[in-house]
Amino acid sequence: MTASPMTTVPKIALKGVTKHFGPKKVLNGIDLEVAKGESLVVIGGSGTGKSVMLKSILGLLTPDSGSIKVDGEETTRLRSREREKLLHKFGMLFQGAALFDSLPVWENVAFGLIQGEHMPRSQAKEIAIAKLGAVGLTPDVAELSPSELSGGMQKRVGLARAIADEPEIIFFDEPTTGLDPIMADVINELIVQCVKDLGATAVTITHDMASARKIADRVAMIYQGRIIWTGHARDIDNSGNAYVDQFVHGRADGPIKMQIKAL
Amino acid sequence: MGFLAATGRAFLIFLEATGRLALFTGSALSHCVRPPLYPRQIMRQMIDIGYYSLPVVGLTALFTGMVLALQSYSGFSRFQAEGAIATVVVLSITRELGPVLAGLMVAGRIGAAMAAEIGTMRVTEQIDALSTLSTNPHKYLVAPRLIAGLTMVPLLVVVADIIGVFGGFLVGVYRLDFNAASYINRTWEFLEPLDVISGLVKAAIFGFLIALMGCYHGYHSKGGAQGVGAATTNAVVSASIMILVWNYLITGLFFSTK
Ligand SMILES: Nc1ncnc2c1ncn2[C@@H]1O[C@H](COP(=O)(O)OP(=O)(O)OP(=O)(O)O)[C@@H](O)[C@H]1O
Ligand SMILES: [Mg+2]
Repeated sequence: MTASPMTTVPKIALKGVTKHFGPKKVLNGIDLEVAKGESLVVIGGSGTGKSVMLKSILGLLTPDSGSIKVDGEETTRLRSREREKLLHKFGMLFQGAALFDSLPVWENVAFGLIQGEHMPRSQAKEIAIAKLGAVGLTPDVAELSPSELSGGMQKRVGLARAIADEPEIIFFDEPTTGLDPIMADVINELIVQCVKDLGATAVTITHDMASARKIADRVAMIYQGRIIWTGHARDIDNSGNAYVDQFVHGRADGPIKMQIKAL
Repeated sequence: MGFLAATGRAFLIFLEATGRLALFTGSALSHCVRPPLYPRQIMRQMIDIGYYSLPVVGLTALFTGMVLALQSYSGFSRFQAEGAIATVVVLSITRELGPVLAGLMVAGRIGAAMAAEIGTMRVTEQIDALSTLSTNPHKYLVAPRLIAGLTMVPLLVVVADIIGVFGGFLVGVYRLDFNAASYINRTWEFLEPLDVISGLVKAAIFGFLIALMGCYHGYHSKGGAQGVGAATTNAVVSASIMILVWNYLITGLFFSTK
């Protein structure tokens, strides 16, 4: 692990976080720090627990053991009212978008503004339409129902919702999956902009190395429920770590073995 | 030994389920009385339960009142007690059949819909998304449904009572040739406020139970479409059984001393 500056409290700090489902150990002692205003990209194979890690930080899943601190405050044992307050700081794009299908698109995007910040609906709608514009969606999409959108459009609405109330910390779970390469780059730019302009702290999960290179200050690789490597984005091609090398270059042979039986 | 262990395990599972339901109910109830409430959500649920259930509840009540008059006529005429038909109809409807049948119909309609909607929201992570948008899912999803169930089912039962008695009246007057005025007189003659009130208390409790079961099973559903399907079934079955059991208990409470 590269040492992060200890003079300031990290925005998010995980120590020895474990989580299992039934007999299956998913997180196996995660240690990770994210500095304020930093953009961290988490890479790692499918099913290695990246989404579970994000959900544990948010408290949507309760870790079995370990410590999760946000702004230096322990969050694993918060009561629901305190948790609600903490979550004001967060925005999250879910891997499956998780849009509210009983509400039109604009109300999805404006949800945090209306319910969380008690903004008048008309004002919230204007902001929602502006955010939709930022993810490349036209105002006529605003009145549609989420089920009328394509997968990539839903993803972008989810993104607009995650950034709508300008949270301090934003989690993006595979923001560019299912988008065409041009739109993917637009989204990359948007994420960079959120971090630079709003001073937000971002954690992004992605399998898209082009996207990782573009948005990451730092990269962390997760393997078998542990963070096995973290480093600067520019060091990613000469990490000196065989696992990272194999992943970054997308090779089938290497230390990471896929459990596949030949036909 | 194996038998003991199995019994013990089943008992523990039962305790766990009961505890979980109790916690869920307590939390949901506390959110019903703590602001902020969500008036839009409450309105939506009230319309869904109160307005859109009217046809099915009305039809059920109408035919129940009609068949009740017909049945009691064929029974009571054996001992020359035809005069009691109007009374039998109004008492049966207000005290028992109105709330129970309306409750069962609403359980099928609304309990299932609630479990399916909330269950789908669970498996598609919409409930998680609510939390990350600083909205408490118990407050946003469960409390409005409980409030709507608790208030709307009694209103439905008022309607069911009226339509049911009217159904009995139709059969009594047009098929069994009673005098209309005397049938109406007979309807009022022995009816006491407590008959109607006990029925409405039942209705409120049934409405609450239906919404509670719909929300609880939906909220805890897992595993995709199949899980949502199971949650829907469980919501309807458990609400129906609870309605029948609580119906007996409440009747005992109201009328045991008489
Ligand atoms: N709610 C749950 N119940 C049971 N098992 C779960 C649950 N959520 C995740 N898992 C298991 O945890 C493991 C990690 O899941 P996770 O969603 O974190 O993977 P991931 O790293 O995000 O993968 P991907 O890149 O494919 O999204 C998986 O094997 C999955 O089966
Ligand atoms: Mg994932």
